[in-house]
Amino acid sequence: MSQNKAKSKIGQLDGLELAPLLKLSGITKSFPGILANDTIDLTVKQGEIHALLGENGAGKSTLVKIIYGLLTPDAGTFEWEESVTSLSNPAQARALGIGMVFQHFSLFEALTVCENIAIADDQKLNLKTVALRIKEVSNRYGLPIDPDRYVHSLSVGEKQRIEILRCLLQRPKLLILDEPTSVLTPQEASNLFVTLENLASSGCAILYISHKLEEVRSLCGTATILRNGAVVATCNPKLETAKTMAELMIGVKLHNIKRSEKLENHDNRLQINKLNLKSNDPFGMDLKNISFDIQEGEVLGIAGVAGNGQTELMAALSGEIVQNDSHDNITFDHVCVSGMGVAARRAMGASFVPEERYGHAAIKEMSLKDNALLTTSQKINLVKKGFLQSNEICDLTQKIISDFDVRTTGLEMETANLSGGNLQKFILGREILQNPRILIVSQPTWGVDAGAAVFLRKSLLDLAARGCAILIISQDLDEIFEICDRIAVLYQGTLSPSITRESASVHQIGLLMGGKTGE
Amino acid sequence: MSQSFRFFPKFVLEPRLEVSGQWMILSPIIAIILTLFSGIIIFSLLGKDPFLALYTFFVQPLTTMFGITELLVKGTPLVLIGVGLAIGFKANVWNIGAEGQFTMGAVFGGGTALLCQHMESILVLPLVLVLGTLGGILWGAIPAFLKTRFNANEILTSLMLSYVAVLWLSYLVHGPWRDPAGFNFPESQLFSDYAMLPILIENSRLNLGALFAILVVLAAWILMARTIIGFQLRVVGLAPRAAHYAGFKQSGLIWLSFLISGGLAGLAGIAEVSGTIGQLLPSVSPGYGFTAIIVAFLGRLHPVGVLFAGLIMALSYIGGENAQIEIGLPAAVTGLFQGILLFFLLACDVLVRYRFSHRSVLTGGRCE
Amino acid sequence: MDLLPVALTIITASTPLLLAATGELVTEKAGVLNLGVEGMMLVGAIAAFAAAVSTGSGLIAILVGAFSGVAVAAIFAVLTLTCLANQVATGLALTIFGVGLSALVGSNFVGISLEPLPQLNIGVLSTIPILGDLLFGHDVLVYLSFIMILLVGYFLSKTRSGLILRAVGESHDSAHALGYSVLTVRYLAVLFGGFMSGLAGSYLSLVYTPLWAENMTAGRGWIALALVVFGTWRAGRIAFGAYLFGAITILQLHVQGWGINIASQFMTMLPYLATVVVLVFISSDKMKIRINAPQSIGKVFYPPR
Repeated sequence: MSQNKAKSKIGQLDGLELAPLLKLSGITKSFPGILANDTIDLTVKQGEIHALLGENGAGKSTLVKIIYGLLTPDAGTFEWEESVTSLSNPAQARALGIGMVFQHFSLFEALTVCENIAIADDQKLNLKTVALRIKEVSNRYGLPIDPDRYVHSLSVGEKQRIEILRCLLQRPKLLILDEPTSVLTPQEASNLFVTLENLASSGCAILYISHKLEEVRSLCGTATILRNGAVVATCNPKLETAKTMAELMIGVKLHNIKRSEKLENHDNRLQINKLNLKSNDPFGMDLKNISFDIQEGEVLGIAGVAGNGQTELMAALSGEIVQNDSHDNITFDHVCVSGMGVAARRAMGASFVPEERYGHAAIKEMSLKDNALLTTSQKINLVKKGFLQSNEICDLTQKIISDFDVRTTGLEMETANLSGGNLQKFILGREILQNPRILIVSQPTWGVDAGAAVFLRKSLLDLAARGCAILIISQDLDEIFEICDRIAVLYQGTLSPSITRESASVHQIGLLMGGKTGE
Repeated sequence: MSQSFRFFPKFVLEPRLEVSGQWMILSPIIAIILTLFSGIIIFSLLGKDPFLALYTFFVQPLTTMFGITELLVKGTPLVLIGVGLAIGFKANVWNIGAEGQFTMGAVFGGGTALLCQHMESILVLPLVLVLGTLGGILWGAIPAFLKTRFNANEILTSLMLSYVAVLWLSYLVHGPWRDPAGFNFPESQLFSDYAMLPILIENSRLNLGALFAILVVLAAWILMARTIIGFQLRVVGLAPRAAHYAGFKQSGLIWLSFLISGGLAGLAGIAEVSGTIGQLLPSVSPGYGFTAIIVAFLGRLHPVGVLFAGLIMALSYIGGENAQIEIGLPAAVTGLFQGILLFFLLACDVLVRYRFSHRSVLTGGRCE
Repeated sequence: MDLLPVALTIITASTPLLLAATGELVTEKAGVLNLGVEGMMLVGAIAAFAAAVSTGSGLIAILVGAFSGVAVAAIFAVLTLTCLANQVATGLALTIFGVGLSALVGSNFVGISLEPLPQLNIGVLSTIPILGDLLFGHDVLVYLSFIMILLVGYFLSKTRSGLILRAVGESHDSAHALGYSVLTVRYLAVLFGGFMSGLAGSYLSLVYTPLWAENMTAGRGWIALALVVFGTWRAGRIAFGAYLFGAITILQLHVQGWGINIASQFMTMLPYLATVVVLVFISSDKMKIRINAPQSIGKVFYPPR
């Protein structure tokens, strides 16, 4: 491991020694309305761990899709082992020795591990041979997995293992990983780093895409930083501070969020008592015996790796799943709401922001005006005797846009045209303007640019300061530690007891996220 | 299988930033023009003078007053059913069994008319109309129930029930409801005048049903554009999860879609037998229930659009009849035209949401 | 009562359902819902019939029928896959088009009758009493229906190409990310569906009732669609379903022979009502459908950025 680090440092310092494995120059790619990659140059050498840093929307994903042959650049040259090539599909990339682990896994839930690996295998082996090779490679790299299991029955960490194994079976020279730790517990992430360092020391180059500065500093020998589709710097992250890299990445200085004093009121706004729920998704997770409460003005964070019951918990709290036979296990303001639907719970003063923005929290194909009406049709006086009051709806939409700094071209604009950050500001604004007594938010800043993320977190804290009880379900530990008063962890459908932020450590929460309860 | 093998490599579509309102209107017009061009080819293949055939098909019927009233007569059921289907399709509820609901409207309303054969009261007609509409609602309620209660696919159930409804009518007019004085023909007695919709223009078959169609168009327009129910139907059609999240009752909206479309198809059915035909026959519809699917799409699922689309499709019916009489074209040409029109419409509709990429020429391997 | 003729008529009634459902199974497994089976069958039926009348060759007739099915399926494929049109709407359009086109072409063929396809007796096997008649005394399309469902079952579960096809139907985005051409797989699957529907139509007009009548499929295309759901996308269960429906269909021919007096319309209703009942029965288990149905079915594929 230390050897490898030395090696990559040498490659870095007198760059002539190692011939570049991959050399991109002047790569440009545009989509309607966006210049995603603007004359990008990138060189990756054999055996180095090279970070590609950038915010959401900086063009990282576009660039790696070009390297993997999924997209064709509009201009620029692609050199592999010092000869100019062009890729028209991923099979060609794999034949060259390029492997890729996707952020949103490219796995098939209804197929087995073995089938999932066989399908990405260009040697067209039969399933039995593939199963044998899986066992062999997974032992060698310490990535245990049962080839006959169906993918939907696996945890997120195990799913990522399949993706990595898939690449390793091809004996890659360059392995691309797109935000691999966003779905892992801190402990799983450090295991992954060991595997990656082993790989690098055996000569495989790794292109590591991330926006998390600390892990880039500990893992990578070189970092190329992208902003708005262009390279703004190439540096050695070990010689930089997280702060300097963040400023390069974001371009403006961000202010830290200040927490106001917590209210000294102990009125229980939201109380969950022994909630059990059977998931209505065959690939979902059942909730077991979940209990917690949130007081007036308090922010409770529920950490956990995706797929441990977050979707089901959100649905149970919002009333999208109502259990008719359940007892008094969900109370809002001391009133049992277990048997109530979404509309009745909203009428109680609760608001919800689900994780999925398009198709759940908002409708792509509808105007901002229509989306403003989506959750407000019962609460505010926008509908009289069944008829829509167009003027009032316009006013509300306008207010959301101006109060929450949503950048738009007008009220009739189709929502699909909003960027991730603006869309989330709009959705959260719509809910906050209803002055909720209880707000339940899932992944509030997921995939959102840093500026918008700060704005959104600040809005949440302001709301809490006005007395609202807030539940935040998030996989982003930084976020949880930044804004929550208490933290609990959801693992395999069960919830740990909550810990105050002051007494919690990232290590401890990380262990809970991985299912280890013992101290 | 070779992975580099692709169909139509240069044909690149890009999503538009916003739905094109212009193409929304242009698309059906272009589809109609393309269909007329295919008409020229088809008529030539059939050995007819294509321009004479087009004239007899699409122009000649409109040169007489009677022709115009007939257009409205055929348009009435198409618009009534089409409006109901358009509302359902907007909500992503695929009721394609309108033919059956139409037939059941005729059966229930016609049955009432036969029962009241000797009753001389102005109340007979309203009773006939209400029961006819109820018949359609009832037949539409079955797939709605099966969908909401048992999750059964409404496309298949509503269609299967159409076959059942048509066979049921066939049984009735061959058996219990056959006119005893009808020389064993499979048809019912003629309805009494009290059960008939009043004729609007003398010496034509244009009846009060046409007025119903216009009222229904207006009501549906207001419902979809101005009310919370219309908003909920649109939301559930575009994003069912968002509707659920907003607190809209999905099963209620499915029920509503089916009751509206079934009821309107039933009303169309009873208006057809008590306005135009005057008795029950083994078949009361030349496929109105299916043609109305095209009407709904051609009319952009908008009630006013459906009004125009209904008239255009009505023209294809009377044009087909006229061409059969005048130049001996097979009646089936009408059905073929309808199918082709829908194909062209769906193909043109791609341009509402997508546009051809300007860069499609550039992307061809400029990676060097 | 003699059971052998009953069993033979069941096979005859089941074959078109089995052929069409086999094709639709492959189409749906690739993630495409083609509701135009009825239309493709009708086009196949009239094309095969016309070819049989003009050439007198059964083989040519079958090929013409099958490939006309492919031709109309190609229209569906271009509209839904290349032009990104809604699959439900396009499927309905295909049926309306098929009804119209077949009626137009068929107007010259009404009232002509054909010699049915010859039986292909398989050597000595067909001389075995009862079993020989039951299993080895059919026309080529019946054998083909057996072979195709077996082949498709094997293809889907045991071969690499079948795995790719299933993967495309499960998640077109993942399959695309791995570099498979979603469009190529889906084009081939839709065209195969057209081929099988064309064969099913040919069977109706060449064997089942060797003459042409407008709308002669009488909803069999829709029943085939329901069969795929009924069989929860598995070849074996679909074959069972096809035979179950074949049996229900021929009940109407035998009930009157057994001296039961019911109006013919009610007997004709049976397969349609049975379809509804069966759909309700199988769909009420939501989980079962969600686990077995291809996850991408009916969704438009546009390559993500």
